[in-house]
Amino acid sequence: MADLKITGLHKYYGDNHVVKGIDLEIPAGEFTVLVGQSGCGKSTLLRTIAGLEGSDQGTIEIAGQTVNDVQPKDRDIAMVFQNYALYPYMTVYDNIAFGLRVRKTPASEVDSKVKRAAEMLAIDHLLKRFPRQLSGGQLQRVAIGRAVVRNARLYLFDEPLSNLDAQLRDEMRGEIKRLHQELGKTMIYVTHDQIEAMTLADRIVLMRDGKIEQQGAPLQLFERPATRYVAGFLGSPAMNFIPATLVHEQGRHAVKLATGLTLALPQPRFEAAGSYVDKQVILGIRPEHLSRRGIAREGLANADALVELVQPTGSRTFAEFKLGGATIVAELEAHDVQRAGERLELSIDMNRAILIDPTTEKVI
Amino acid sequence: MMKTKRRQSLRQVLRFAAASAITLFFLFPIYWLFMISFKTADEIYSYPPVWWPASLQFNNYAVLFKDGDAITVWNSLIIASASTVLAMLLGTICAYSLARYKTGGDHLSNWIISQRMAPPIAVVFPIFLLYVYLGWVDTYIGIILLYTAFNLPYVIWMMRGYIQDIPRSLEESALIDGCTRWQVIWKVVFPMCRAGLFATAIFTFVFAWNEFLFALVLTRTEVTTYTVQVTHYFGGQSNFWTKIAAMSVLGTLPVFIAVVFMQRYLVRGISLGAVKG
Repeated sequence: MADLKITGLHKYYGDNHVVKGIDLEIPAGEFTVLVGQSGCGKSTLLRTIAGLEGSDQGTIEIAGQTVNDVQPKDRDIAMVFQNYALYPYMTVYDNIAFGLRVRKTPASEVDSKVKRAAEMLAIDHLLKRFPRQLSGGQLQRVAIGRAVVRNARLYLFDEPLSNLDAQLRDEMRGEIKRLHQELGKTMIYVTHDQIEAMTLADRIVLMRDGKIEQQGAPLQLFERPATRYVAGFLGSPAMNFIPATLVHEQGRHAVKLATGLTLALPQPRFEAAGSYVDKQVILGIRPEHLSRRGIAREGLANADALVELVQPTGSRTFAEFKLGGATIVAELEAHDVQRAGERLELSIDMNRAILIDPTTEKVI
Repeated sequence: MMKTKRRQSLRQVLRFAAASAITLFFLFPIYWLFMISFKTADEIYSYPPVWWPASLQFNNYAVLFKDGDAITVWNSLIIASASTVLAMLLGTICAYSLARYKTGGDHLSNWIISQRMAPPIAVVFPIFLLYVYLGWVDTYIGIILLYTAFNLPYVIWMMRGYIQDIPRSLEESALIDGCTRWQVIWKVVFPMCRAGLFATAIFTFVFAWNEFLFALVLTRTEVTTYTVQVTHYFGGQSNFWTKIAAMSVLGTLPVFIAVVFMQRYLVRGISLGAVKG
């Protein structure tokens, strides 16, 4: 049974239609990440699940019970906020114990639960301190501790790592994943960061403009995006999009770029694209599927290109090229390219390429 | 090195001297009031002035208690305390509603504060007639309610600012953790704006404590406040300076004590308000 079921959910702020008909089922114990650009309605959706915002249409069910008219306190959820939402006038201990005490948990039980949660998050030495005496990472651990101690049915995270610096964010990301594995609770996590979404999620729900653009396992979305938006959103650097025409040459499909360069498409993967022959398409190819020309093999297309910009990251190097009239990025081995101005022969792994209908923006 | 050190200590001395001079300047009237309250009538009028009375005339105070005049300080205390508690309670709840639910749209709060600007003299006589009709002249309830009504706009305005400064997520987190709205106000909003609460309460109390016009018109003998009582000592033939001074000292003490105890909150509360604008 689904732990959370949302049916036909709409939400307006005045004339502003923020959530536009969301249908979503989240099974018990799953880690779901709502991801999308800011303003796509993901936080509003989360807040509606929490009961902090009302909905204008549709139903929300938690464990089979419709909760539209249920107060947040009676929904049996716990939530971690972006700005931690710790009470500055309480010690760490009291902050973590707050929810239990409000619910009239016996003092001895409060004590053991708080201590257990603190140990789990390695903050047991901080219990007597006040929030102002803690670092960002410690604050976030306390905020998580406050949620964990509640043993709620549903855990909600509203961009909990956005206020942390990069290194700490990586560390806490791992921590949250480990916590999910230990607790096995249903968790819904909102972020705009696609790396957080990819690494944490059992399932990604990618939102755009108040609707679900696509949902599924992270790798499913990454490898088989349904739309150009999804393809472009997941992955860093982002997927390259090159305008092209689908042609049929020598018994197989190929794409012809604006510069006249023709790249053969492997069979039988693109058989279904037959109806697009002689029509405009967009070729989508991820930077990591471009490489310096090596051994020729089936599905690899080659192209000669001029390096325009080089961005070494240490382990890999991102290089910008002009290809078929578009600027594309290739993720190459660290020493594959030294500086801008070099000419390079690129191999394009067409087995991993996608074709997009330019009018519907759907993947063919 | 030595030079800078010497210059620094000189600056310190000058600063201390200036601060002392200013403090003395402002403390002098209070000192003089206290001195008069312990002097004999002759000492008050003597020239050159007597800086320190030959013997402290506690009798000036004893008379106030013996004649029952000191009860007016008690009246003031009851009226100011009750109206402060009422105004703070009602005002904070109103302010919460304005801050969090946008009650009355964008302009209700401006309208509320505009009520505070009405000159008391313009409303005191209509209120007097109303009170005569209600039988509230010279009663605690009448004067307490009036002070409460008069202070409410100020309380609402100040508290709205303090409440708006509290991050919403703190309240939301409490709601999810199991609190009702009332519990949120009690467990989160009050502690979060404690400094603002105390600062506002002190100003409200001081207003009620020092108020004169309403008390003059709306009290007779039963609930006379000390401010009105002081004026009784100014006579057509002579002024009873010792009584005036002693009564004024009695009237100054409660506010003085309140401010001393709440100074920490007062300073923080005022500066919070200053940042908010």
